[in-house]
Amino acid sequence: MFFDFSDRTWLWAASAFYFAGFAHGTITLHRHGRPSGPVNYALIAIGYALQVVGLGIRGSAVGGCPLGNQFEFYQFTAWSAITLYLLVGVPFRNSLLGYFTSTFAAVLTLISLAIPAWDATQRTHVFGDNPWIELHAALAVFSYGVFGLLALTSIMYLLRNHSLKSKHLGGWFWFLPSIFDLDQIGVRLLIAGVTILAVSLGVGSVYWLRDMSTVNIAKLLVTVGVWAAYAVALGLRLRGLLLSKRFAWSCLALFFAALLSLGPVDKSRNPVARHVEVWTK
Amino acid sequence: MTAAGLFVIGATHHSAPLSVREKLTLSANAADELRARFATMDGLKEFALLSTCNRVEFYGVAATPDITARITSVFCASRQFDELEFEKIRLDLRGRDVVQHLVEVSAGLDSQMLGETEIFGQVKEAYAVAQSSGTTGPVLNRVFQKGFQAAKHVRTHTAITEGQVSVANVAVDLALTIFGGLSNTRILLLGAGEIGEKTARAFQSRGATAITVASRRFERAMELATGLGASAMPFEQRDARLAEFDVVVCATSAPGVIISVVTAKTAMSKRPARPLFFIDQALPRDVEPAVADIENVFLYNLDDLAKIADENRAAREAEIAKCRAMATERADALWHQVAPQVEALSGRHDAQTVHREKPA
Repeated sequence: MFFDFSDRTWLWAASAFYFAGFAHGTITLHRHGRPSGPVNYALIAIGYALQVVGLGIRGSAVGGCPLGNQFEFYQFTAWSAITLYLLVGVPFRNSLLGYFTSTFAAVLTLISLAIPAWDATQRTHVFGDNPWIELHAALAVFSYGVFGLLALTSIMYLLRNHSLKSKHLGGWFWFLPSIFDLDQIGVRLLIAGVTILAVSLGVGSVYWLRDMSTVNIAKLLVTVGVWAAYAVALGLRLRGLLLSKRFAWSCLALFFAALLSLGPVDKSRNPVARHVEVWTK
Repeated sequence: MTAAGLFVIGATHHSAPLSVREKLTLSANAADELRARFATMDGLKEFALLSTCNRVEFYGVAATPDITARITSVFCASRQFDELEFEKIRLDLRGRDVVQHLVEVSAGLDSQMLGETEIFGQVKEAYAVAQSSGTTGPVLNRVFQKGFQAAKHVRTHTAITEGQVSVANVAVDLALTIFGGLSNTRILLLGAGEIGEKTARAFQSRGATAITVASRRFERAMELATGLGASAMPFEQRDARLAEFDVVVCATSAPGVIISVVTAKTAMSKRPARPLFFIDQALPRDVEPAVADIENVFLYNLDDLAKIADENRAAREAEIAKCRAMATERADALWHQVAPQVEALSGRHDAQTVHREKPA
């Protein structure tokens, strides 16, 4: 019976669990002054499973990775961030990382679901028959998930730094990871994100070089721009020129810029190249 | 005898000042001697002895009404302490109140430093010694074992043990919020006095291994470093080697600043990505206050640490009512289980005592 639900219904359900993680975390913090740990982790895991089903149904329908419109970009970015959290966030499940990640996923998925225009077009076989370009797109959006998690750890870094500098350490501030750990996690996420996006661009370039007429120049420029900006940030960080607060603010600003660039990129797609099929809903 | 045969007598920090507790405290040998004497005391069915720096307590099951007076006499004689003076400060609880007291003591509710966890281990140790000496029986075994469970319940279901309440431990907690762990954290102790030593030991107790001591008197630094299993360095090298350290504990008696903004900035230029944490416990202060404005540098002075300790203490005190309610509930249930045993044990012993006394 449940398999009769549409992809959006599953994605709404996933969103509800992410939101429940945020709501439960907020209430627990307010009432008990500590994060909810395992409960939050369980809510995120259930939401993730539902989102996998929703994206799976959609993937089957469009005949590939569901990355055909802005709605799907946001969903996939949230999914990527949650994947990473579930894989590497276990040691931090009692800290506030789970709370922040569920909030992040709830915001991205709810916004994408709340704006029907983002999902007005569904493109089937958007990648044609080329699995490499599909891999390129999937890796690119996955890197956005990594950068999303980096933005979250940057927020946590700024909060931790503020609490230590202002000497307001009470309540839930104790449950933030240490400032040194947050910095190290940030660097590792940045290395991972830049590497994944570089691989994505490398895979894509093979395809573009074969047939430049299919290249969406705006998309290419934005993607290369995002990668270059993050790569510069990484270079400066590793050389000790972009540190602590400035590093955190930079990662946060870069992510918002990257996220905001998705809309114009989606609109600029070349109708000939993208094999559009508009579905009437 | 009634169920009030279960008793605890002794002296604690609540009524006995430090000067008195110093006289009453028991060395390991003195405690062994007392145990040996109590073991042969007629009418004392079971007993356990708890001796810490803040309390000396005798838990027992009595079959004769005068047993607590006899224990008091023996104890005071062993400590050469006036019995009348002891009466003034004596803790004397019976029956259900003993159970409640034991739960509260084990949970740290009765401690001078509210919510401290060390006492739990001390009570467990006292019970283990009594048990291995064969001086506990069905009543004390149940009271202690169930009492430990109750204490654990109180500690895990309330915030009574959360947040450090000593300045040294607050400093260690802060270092953990900066570095996450202490095993790879390098600590420099400037000053070899009592405060610095206490803080260094607090760091060691939480996993710090790389500690270096520097003092104006190098021989004193060497002495303390040897005691801590740390290393020593000449005080004059502090500026040049500052960048090697992650945590700097300043506890000198220097009349002025010994770590300036320029010194701290120079050190940070050599290690910009790694935070530097100054704990300034000196009066007058050792670290120039403007050091706190440097990026990735964190400075906490004595007032800052004391304020956090006070806040934590207040938070613990706010939990007391909840803890006592839990302890009461558990003590009532436990007392309900052991009261018949105490009564039966006392009654049987009465008969045996009478029986033994007849031939005499």
